[in-house]
Amino acid sequence: MVDTINKNLVSFLEEKATELRINILKMIHAAQSGHPGGALSAAEIITTLYCHEMRINLDNQRDPDRDRFILSKGHACPVLYSVLAMKGFFPIEELATLRKINSRLQGHPDMKKTPGVDFTTGSLGNGLSIGIGMALMGKLDKKDFRVYVMLGCGELDEGIVWEAFMAGTKFKLDNLVVIIDYNKLQLDGDNDEVMPLEPIVDKLEAFNWNVIRTNGHDFNQIIKAFAKARETHNKPTVIVADTIKGKGVSFMENKVDWHGLAPDDEQLKIALEEIRGS
Amino acid sequence: MIDKTKELERWAQLLRYDVVRMISNAGSGHPGGCLSAADIITCLYFKEMNIRPEEPDWPDRDRFILSKGHACPVLYAALARRGVFPVKKLKTLRKAGSFLQGHPEIHTSGIDMTSGCLGQGLSVGAGMAVAAKIDRKFYRTYVMLGCGEMNEGQVWESVMCASHFKLDNLLAIVDYNRLQFDGSVDEVLSPGSMVKRWKGFNWNVIEIDGHNINEILPAFEKARNTKEVPTVIIANTIKGKGVSFMENDYLWHSLMDRDKLAEKCKQMKKDMENADSFYAKRLW
Amino acid sequence: MYKLGDSIPTRNAYGDTLVELGRKNDQIVVFEADIGKSTRSAIFGKEFPERYFNIGVAEQNEMAIAAGAASCGKIVFVSTYAVFASMRACEQVRTFVAYPHVNVKICVSHGGITPANDGVTHQATEDLGIMRTIPGMTVIMPADAVSTRELVIAATQWDGPIYLRLTRDGVPVIYNEETSFKIGKGILLREGKDITIIAIGDMVSKALDARDILSKQGILAEVIDMHTIKPLDESIILDSVRKTGGVVTVEDHQVECGLGSAVSEFLGENYPIPIQRIGLRNTFAESGEYELLLKKYKMSVDDIISGCFKVVGRKKKKR
Ligand SMILES: Cc1ncc(C[n+]2csc(CCOP(=O)(O)OP(=O)(O)O)c2C)c(N)n1
Ligand SMILES: Cc1ncc(C[n+]2csc(CCOP(=O)(O)OP(=O)(O)O)c2C)c(N)n1
Ligand SMILES: [Mg+2]
Repeated sequence: MVDTINKNLVSFLEEKATELRINILKMIHAAQSGHPGGALSAAEIITTLYCHEMRINLDNQRDPDRDRFILSKGHACPVLYSVLAMKGFFPIEELATLRKINSRLQGHPDMKKTPGVDFTTGSLGNGLSIGIGMALMGKLDKKDFRVYVMLGCGELDEGIVWEAFMAGTKFKLDNLVVIIDYNKLQLDGDNDEVMPLEPIVDKLEAFNWNVIRTNGHDFNQIIKAFAKARETHNKPTVIVADTIKGKGVSFMENKVDWHGLAPDDEQLKIALEEIRGS
Repeated sequence: MIDKTKELERWAQLLRYDVVRMISNAGSGHPGGCLSAADIITCLYFKEMNIRPEEPDWPDRDRFILSKGHACPVLYAALARRGVFPVKKLKTLRKAGSFLQGHPEIHTSGIDMTSGCLGQGLSVGAGMAVAAKIDRKFYRTYVMLGCGEMNEGQVWESVMCASHFKLDNLLAIVDYNRLQFDGSVDEVLSPGSMVKRWKGFNWNVIEIDGHNINEILPAFEKARNTKEVPTVIIANTIKGKGVSFMENDYLWHSLMDRDKLAEKCKQMKKDMENADSFYAKRLW
Repeated sequence: MYKLGDSIPTRNAYGDTLVELGRKNDQIVVFEADIGKSTRSAIFGKEFPERYFNIGVAEQNEMAIAAGAASCGKIVFVSTYAVFASMRACEQVRTFVAYPHVNVKICVSHGGITPANDGVTHQATEDLGIMRTIPGMTVIMPADAVSTRELVIAATQWDGPIYLRLTRDGVPVIYNEETSFKIGKGILLREGKDITIIAIGDMVSKALDARDILSKQGILAEVIDMHTIKPLDESIILDSVRKTGGVVTVEDHQVECGLGSAVSEFLGENYPIPIQRIGLRNTFAESGEYELLLKKYKMSVDDIISGCFKVVGRKKKKR
């Protein structure tokens, strides 16, 4: 258990998260389409995964022993592309080609086109099932890789997610961690209007998962949550991460309109100033 | 109340006979899940639900959806015994040209919705309940689910939306016989606590013995009196209830041995004829 | 192993073959959705419990899990009924199996109206069409137990997704064990000169019966078992129709989008000739005995025969 987390680590991660946010906004601006809100809410979690938690192998990108990450809420892929570029899976300049013809960076993650993407997603609800398939094979082959799946909260409306929660329990997949980016907004409005999720922890516990609730923008808490998940055996873990959609850009925060809207030149300028200033 | 209970028990026994007779006659079908549901179906059709057998499409009738459609023989038997269609039609189950299809069809008199592909009945029921609210009608919608069926994600989609829309005119009943197709619910896909799960989705949960009429009827009443949230009755049942060799045997989910069932059917008929004139004039 | 003429459900041959394959190849894993006793995948589960995963009555989850497992390098078999694989889990097949082109072999029982008594909810009569329109899918329905075994074995060596449809009820064994089968290569079962009957799955033996009767009436029909409708064996069709000049297709499926469509589309673009499709025509079937249903829905041996007469008649008019 990590009781004291290295201050240097946290400030390193903070720096990286800022870089991610800048890249997210720039690439969505360049494409003039994409989903900033859900990408920004996930920035700290994704940073922690790729810069601290996960075992990745740049020399052998498809290393069978690597940890896997599935962005089940695939529309948030700018955050994933940014971190992959930052880690060196492909050149940073390529981020500017997002959603353009012949680009390797598709509008939603594509495992056949983009280096470092472990599975194709974009149609909501399916990522956890896919992750279960991987975690099961990890167990079968007695490999020690771990599988991480990020779900959106609106995504939990999909029944297949609950099918997958049941299967995760049955197969005792303690090599599997789900992170719910609980920003309380989906496409048409907030969860409570569209389809309420509370009591979310009770629900997940009723499906016999190990449930950890954290602040999804607090690196100390995120790091600890992942560490706790590692220490849990015979049960999969779900981290319910409270987040703010559009986090980091004041006019985007908690605004459902910014779910799938690209900033114009002026908005980009203000947003970048805010992020760099913080 | 005593008399009513006794009477309902007799109807339930008759439905069990009909089920055994129909399935051995058809040579295929799913006896186990029919027998576990027989007492609940009896209470619904002979007491709880407001229907008009002579006018099956009456717009204000209560609706019933057998989401676990494979158990339709017990539903067909109830409809026939209530006079929606002649009892002699039960002979035609699963035969070409019959309106008694292998799984329920909306075109059959008294059947409110097609089912058989598991997991979808509660969504349809939620739709009916929403329609009733919009039209300010007082009919109620009843949906029976299998416990294995609860594996289907769509069930949870509808569970979520029914409580969101505050469908207190919707009643779900889980026939919790703890068996599904390939084995027990624990083997196939560990169910955890059924009660906790429904509660987590903000439903009013009532747990009962699904073979005890004196628990079934009060549960229906409680559900009717619960406002603002939908109710689910978790009915603990025994798959194959009433036929000793079928009870709790997952292999009898579908017809395993036609001769054995035919034999049992003959014996049931004899026993029932001798037991009571109520049965004697109704057996076939 | 299987005797000529014996009536064997092809799902049984599937179960037996899975076990045989499981013994040879430890990379094979099987997923099931709580009907393993019926799809026969349970036979595999009994011998290889550690490589057999029952996902419960949750076909979408089953399909997506299979995709994830395949991405880890496994050869993954998915068992359920054809209706549920092709419709309940359609999007998972298209987006997570076919698009990433992973090695998932979807082997489904209860194809066509072979689950006859169960009625419409369990009869898969649109599945071949659904699967055929998905890019990169391979779509197969073997005609008997022998070809099922061969094609299931071939499936393990095939790169990419496969949809392989099986029968609930018995179909006669028509092949001996010497016949060799290749995915995407039709089998010329009988030679003829007046008309070509192209059939698939449980309808192949019906086509052979029709041929016997036709030959007594002076019409010599060539019979092709088109076990793979995608990729379609175009050369076997061309070779045959150049000789016969007319085609009848026979399938246990809607006439739209299945075998009949595949053959018509190909011939329409390349070699237009009279053609008649036998299959369901814009209707659902119902519960009942299989043979009675075939009659009622105009897919019986007699219907194949009259289809052949129609085409022969149109050929004459054309000349
Ligand atoms: C199956 C499916 N249905 C609908 C959509 C369209 N869609 C894209 S994002 C979204 C809302 C998702 O909300 P949430 O999961 O909370 O994502 P986040 O707020 O984290 O962006 C919807 C409905 C989709 N991509 N897939
Ligand atoms: C979508 C779907 N998948 C699979 C089936 C096949 N099937 C029929 S019954 C059954 C098991 C159902 O178990 P349960 O819901 O517990 O029913 P009961 O025990 O009450 O008969 C299965 C898997 C089906 N009818 N529909
Ligand atoms: Mg059950």
